[in-house]
Amino acid sequence: MALLQTLLLRLVTTAVTLFGVAVIVFFVIRVVPGNPIAMMLPPGATQADIDQLTALYGLDKSIPQQFLIWGLGVLHGDFGTSITLRQPVLALVLGRLPATLELSVMALVMAVLVGGAAALTGTRLRATKVEGGIDIANGMALSVPDFLWGLVLILVFGVLVPVFQISGRVTPSLQLPFVTNFYLVESIVRLRFDLTKDLLSHMFLPAVALAIPLAAIIGQLLKQSLKETMHLDYVTLARTQGYSEARVIWREALPNAILPTLTLVGVQFTFLIGGTVIIERLFSYEGLGNMAIDAVINRDLPLIQGIVILFAVIFTGVNLVVDLTYAALNPRLRHG
Amino acid sequence: MADGRSQVRRRAGVRLWLSAIWLLLLILLAIFAPHIAPKDPLEQDLFSGRLPPFWVHGADKSFLLGTDSLGRDVLSRIIFGTRIALAVAFISGTLTCIIGAGLGLLAGFYRGWVDVLVSRFIDIWMAFPPVLFSILLIAVIGPGLFSIILAIVVIDWTRFARVIRAEAMSQGAMDYVASARVAGRGKFGTMLREILPNVLPIIVVLLTLEMGIAVIVEAILSFVNLSISTDDPTWGGMISEGRTSIHQAWWVLVFPLITLFLTVLSFSQLGEGLKDRFDPVLR
Amino acid sequence: MNYLSIRNLSARVKGGGPLLRDVSLEVAAGEVRGLVGESGAGKSMIGKAILGILPKAVDITEGQILLDGTDLLSLPPAERRIRVGASCALIPQDPLTALNPSRRIGPQITDRLVHILGWTRSDAEARARALLGEVQINDPARVLRQYPHELSGGMRQRILIASAFAAEPKLIVADEPTTALDVTVQKQILKLIAGLQARHGTALVFVTHDLGVVSKVCQSLSVLYSGRVVEDTTVTDFFRAPKHPYSAALLAATPKYTDPSAGLKPVPDAVIAAVKAEVERG
Repeated sequence: MALLQTLLLRLVTTAVTLFGVAVIVFFVIRVVPGNPIAMMLPPGATQADIDQLTALYGLDKSIPQQFLIWGLGVLHGDFGTSITLRQPVLALVLGRLPATLELSVMALVMAVLVGGAAALTGTRLRATKVEGGIDIANGMALSVPDFLWGLVLILVFGVLVPVFQISGRVTPSLQLPFVTNFYLVESIVRLRFDLTKDLLSHMFLPAVALAIPLAAIIGQLLKQSLKETMHLDYVTLARTQGYSEARVIWREALPNAILPTLTLVGVQFTFLIGGTVIIERLFSYEGLGNMAIDAVINRDLPLIQGIVILFAVIFTGVNLVVDLTYAALNPRLRHG
Repeated sequence: MADGRSQVRRRAGVRLWLSAIWLLLLILLAIFAPHIAPKDPLEQDLFSGRLPPFWVHGADKSFLLGTDSLGRDVLSRIIFGTRIALAVAFISGTLTCIIGAGLGLLAGFYRGWVDVLVSRFIDIWMAFPPVLFSILLIAVIGPGLFSIILAIVVIDWTRFARVIRAEAMSQGAMDYVASARVAGRGKFGTMLREILPNVLPIIVVLLTLEMGIAVIVEAILSFVNLSISTDDPTWGGMISEGRTSIHQAWWVLVFPLITLFLTVLSFSQLGEGLKDRFDPVLR
Repeated sequence: MNYLSIRNLSARVKGGGPLLRDVSLEVAAGEVRGLVGESGAGKSMIGKAILGILPKAVDITEGQILLDGTDLLSLPPAERRIRVGASCALIPQDPLTALNPSRRIGPQITDRLVHILGWTRSDAEARARALLGEVQINDPARVLRQYPHELSGGMRQRILIASAFAAEPKLIVADEPTTALDVTVQKQILKLIAGLQARHGTALVFVTHDLGVVSKVCQSLSVLYSGRVVEDTTVTDFFRAPKHPYSAALLAATPKYTDPSAGLKPVPDAVIAAVKAEVERG
């Protein structure tokens, strides 16, 4: 079972990577000059107060000792307590995660749809002005990162033609009947489409900003591999069988052209999730990334650790899933 | 078909030139900023705060692109902001390139434990959200030009290392390398004399792209208020202020944004254009 | 009226030189015609022109391709596609690349019977099983569920042949169908094509550079040089007494048919020069 062996190997390297991430974050943030506890107390606090709190958060111990205590806690699902918010890190982080997941997945779906459509159109109308136009649009979209697209979108659709919301996740005055933090999913499940609409109008611009570069990558790469596939013999054969060009592209070329794109989309999706950090800040969207920046600014060490580890778990997890999907979709590997 | 292709090439050439001209203009602006800027970029005047650009009613013609909330001249701040943007781009780009490409070369050509080590670090780095990582680093080492450059180098070296490692690996497997070794050249000498020249075009392309990325990272860090001191004119800092006063004074956001947009676009187009030039297959 | 009739067909690369020059040829119903020539002589281009799969960079400048009396070149693209799909088929050159690697064999044969010709799924599947039996594949039901990479090159070529005959086409273009196979398999495949052709009464355009293959399966042949038909004759006449000097030289260059001990002789330069001049003159 070569597949199982590969899977096990991947799990081991993933664990090593996550451990490395934990070690690096842990030590980097403890090199900070200045005591984070001193920062959070009011100016009149005595040295005794500071010492007491420092001991409470375990910051009086040596760094390796702290790491050991923290690591053991993590293995039991205890990521410590946030210094500024005074709540368990795990609960805080998991509370914000759904907002970021909804945003990233929405952006991914947009990117796949738009990029896929661009690639298919460009292939169908290859060697025409339309393909040239698609190429130029792709080039532009790729050259500029999500942060700048976000600013441009804020200007155009938030100020010039104010059709979308540019701040927050949901209109604050609304009563939310939700029990989970997957607001968008829950609003649909509960058939509260008025809330769905409000959520979407908040999510749309940040999602588009995140989706633009990825859509361009998908469009470019998929079109390239589609065009290569279109020269292959089985595609030519299908053409002689009376199928329309559109069907030949869709049924014969696409399933084979999609595999190389898929691996890349996996890596790029992790970049997209990484991009949520600044995009959430830009749109004041209450997700994990926004919380992360606040945590860094406030020197909330346990919270920073927790968020970075969670991001690392997501990144490595996405890559793992992509590799497995690749294996599952490729008949040559499946029946090897 | 033949003429269609030459048309595409010509268009690519135009883009390359436009990018180069824009970047050259920025370099001149940066060097001669004190002579070109109409005002002192730090001079505040609360009585002339949020003046609109010259063509809008109510403008003061001496502030061509208007003023921010503290009455500082937007145009002059953009011009002085060029200095920091380009300094970050060139210095951090070059350092990142040297360290990243160096490690990539060693890993790809020497293989063995060097490769294992470098690859493991690349994996770990890939598991970090880069923006968060850079914000974290700045928070740790404190704001300032030096910190930004250090943060970019620490985060982005993998961009070079990944590509150059793979490239050095495939070059190392070629016959000309073996024959250089047989001819008695040492391993390190072979790497510098045989492998390096062959990966140099890729390094140049990556370097150009990296400079664009560095400009963006600086802007993002200024935006999060972690870059240079808040008084110093940076494009990101201006954008950050403009974002908050977007409904009252759009020009504070728009002009630095356009400048940043064009600069990032230029670096990227320059990189892509060079890639096409260097790559005989793409041609 | 012959089933396929190509009249004065000329084609050129966009912005480049001519590929086909004033080509005319006739294929009667049930006839097997060989198209012979060196690579680049235009023989494959003729097959592609009939099936409407010429590369985008190639333009047909004049001429007609009459299929059962209708000029394909004057039809709108969609109509032409469906007409060709229903009455013609292709046996491709390389069986390793001519099957879609990500789909099972079954649908690759049956899909078009269902979608283009309107058969029911079960009829199409029964037909596919029967045809695989006809091309001597054991356990057709199992093979139909397999993926191409699980089958050998010879098996795949049999499947492609079966697939070509699936819709009972009136005309099949075989584009060097044995070139990519090794010698022992080549013979079986040729026999198979010839047998199926005879049983189904299909007209066959057989593109090849191998005169040995022509002598085994064809009744008539067209010799091409640089896009022009230099000789159009029956196989019997050709091997007895080729009329054109280029044909004669080609025949002489194939050792098997003259003196096997002589080894491979190149076509003499003088003949090449003469035929070149003739082709250019028009």
